[in-house]
Amino acid sequence: MSRIQSTFATLKQKDKKALIPYITAGDPHPKHTVTLMHTLVNSGADMIELGVPFSDPMADGPVIQRASERALLHKVGLRHVLEMVQEFRKTDTDTPIILMGYANPIEAMGAESFAKRASDAGVDGVLTVDYPPEESAEFIQSLHTHGVDSIYLLSPTTEPARIQLIVNQASGFLYYVSLKGVTGAANLDINSVKERVAEIRTLTNLPIGVGFGVRDAETAKNVAKIADAVVVGSRMVQTVEQSTEENLISNVSALMRELRAAIDS
Amino acid sequence: MKMYDMPDVRGHFGQFGGTFVAETLVEALEELRLVYEKYRHDPEFLAEYAHDLKHFVGRPSPIYHAKRLSDKVGGGQIYLKREDLNHTGAHKVNNTVGQALLAKRMGKPRVIAETGAGQHGVATATIAARLGLECVVYMGSEDVKRQAPNVYKMKLLGATVVPVESGSKTLKDALNEAMRDWVTNISNTFYIIGTVAGPHPYPMMVRDFQAIIGIESKVQMQEMLGRQPDAVVACVGGGSNAMGIFYPYIDVSNVRLIGVEAAGHGLETGRHAAPLTANSPIGVLHGNRTYLMQNEDGQIIETHSISAGLDYPGVGPEHAWLKDIKRAEYVAITDDEAMAAFHQLCRIEGIIPALESSHALAYAEKLAKTMDKDQIILVNLSGRGDKDINTVAGLSGITI
Repeated sequence: MSRIQSTFATLKQKDKKALIPYITAGDPHPKHTVTLMHTLVNSGADMIELGVPFSDPMADGPVIQRASERALLHKVGLRHVLEMVQEFRKTDTDTPIILMGYANPIEAMGAESFAKRASDAGVDGVLTVDYPPEESAEFIQSLHTHGVDSIYLLSPTTEPARIQLIVNQASGFLYYVSLKGVTGAANLDINSVKERVAEIRTLTNLPIGVGFGVRDAETAKNVAKIADAVVVGSRMVQTVEQSTEENLISNVSALMRELRAAIDS
Repeated sequence: MKMYDMPDVRGHFGQFGGTFVAETLVEALEELRLVYEKYRHDPEFLAEYAHDLKHFVGRPSPIYHAKRLSDKVGGGQIYLKREDLNHTGAHKVNNTVGQALLAKRMGKPRVIAETGAGQHGVATATIAARLGLECVVYMGSEDVKRQAPNVYKMKLLGATVVPVESGSKTLKDALNEAMRDWVTNISNTFYIIGTVAGPHPYPMMVRDFQAIIGIESKVQMQEMLGRQPDAVVACVGGGSNAMGIFYPYIDVSNVRLIGVEAAGHGLETGRHAAPLTANSPIGVLHGNRTYLMQNEDGQIIETHSISAGLDYPGVGPEHAWLKDIKRAEYVAITDDEAMAAFHQLCRIEGIIPALESSHALAYAEKLAKTMDKDQIILVNLSGRGDKDINTVAGLSGITI
């Protein structure tokens, strides 16, 4: 059983939902990333989604774009992100880490080489935004060979036949994008999410995470009622952006505790 | 012999092309793919497209024998396909006319576009005005500053120009931003991509709409000279004017196809925009797999060319394919060489060429010198240089 699967299984036994915060590796400075990851876990994260900086983040809104730009000022690339995960794993061997990013840094490293190095570093899942299932069969094979889960996005416009196609290649969990648009675009419409999640559940037993548009504790609470995991990205990154070096850890920690409490209530 | 029939049904040119986009865009692209499949051979659609090209764009564009230039250079005869004479001053409008007609048929009231130098933005704003469509053009804030006249033209035509502040603030970032708009406004918006890049079906569709350049050329060369040229030369940024003139010639194996990239300050300096000539690695950007200028971490690097229209880190996937199968050759011309060719055409032939097209001219001159007097080079003069006079004057220390 993969670390992601066992995390979901444990949560289910406790009748709890997963909280998955997103931060961009290297934002605001590479020296903070591993500390921030531990902070996220200590203040309630069940898994961490770690963004790999990319020069052209086409599917991201301004908040996460700026996070990528801040990280790139310090030349943080995929190999550095893997080193950060390795460092994190020295003291945390339980919390699943999911890398989220774009195809080109992976292709530059070589897909097979990346899969092996990610697995060695302690990465549990990979979500490659611009690798739809038709273009990624070989890559997914490499990930699975090295015991890394392949996380896929589902959108409000994904047709049932296509959901089936994606489900066949996905492992770990599915990530439902709750709105049309880029990350951090607007508040999600809980009723339409509810309908879609129910529809997806008829096609798969994989856990379903919901993200894009979870901007506050209230939304997180509502999403937790219908999904297996709540992903909080832009709001988390915004908190990082608005913090100083002195209050970065306490601000992130405070937001996490608020979200955790809302989800568990 | 098997006819050239790329791409495959999913937009692959061998290992290049494809549909590398987030799931949120997949349905929109699928819808576009099906609509284009439906209309690309539809007689009524094609008749309307042909009518617009004739009466609105002013096609066919002539082919002109640059006799004085040929004599001065010595060697092969240089002929120019005059895309600079099109309405809006470049080949870009061939494509925007076609895509806007599709937008109309799909019932989309709003079109968006990305633009670098502003030529595609102006061509999109033009056709949007004519068809009564709302138009938003994304343009890197650096380019907005450099291309003020085109920005104003777009506004005159009723378009909204949005300066893009992210990344390197140039063409690639404008494309990112247009994609973000599209994914947010999918239900009412048609994205008119200006070059043979992007996810499938764009590289194929833009090529098809630009192929009129090569289709006319074949007929005109036959009429004028009773034969086809020995070489066809065109500049390549994303590569739409080159694909347009190359495509109908791909199966004519004795015609050399030569794409000219921007060598900027020189390939050896790293400050260029020539991924094919410089043997850049293969990667994924803007929805397709192609040769890409990038660093060892796979981050896209900043490019340089004097010509904003060639200042792009990737290249259309079909060019990557034509390079690999050795059907087309790719070379590069520096800023200085392009400028010399620019001035030469102004003075000798009375034609002010776009800086983009000046790259093709510069290479044609080099090639002509190696040829006999009865050999023929057809250059795609993709645009006129009115938009560039501020840049050119600036290089001479003159402010207009």
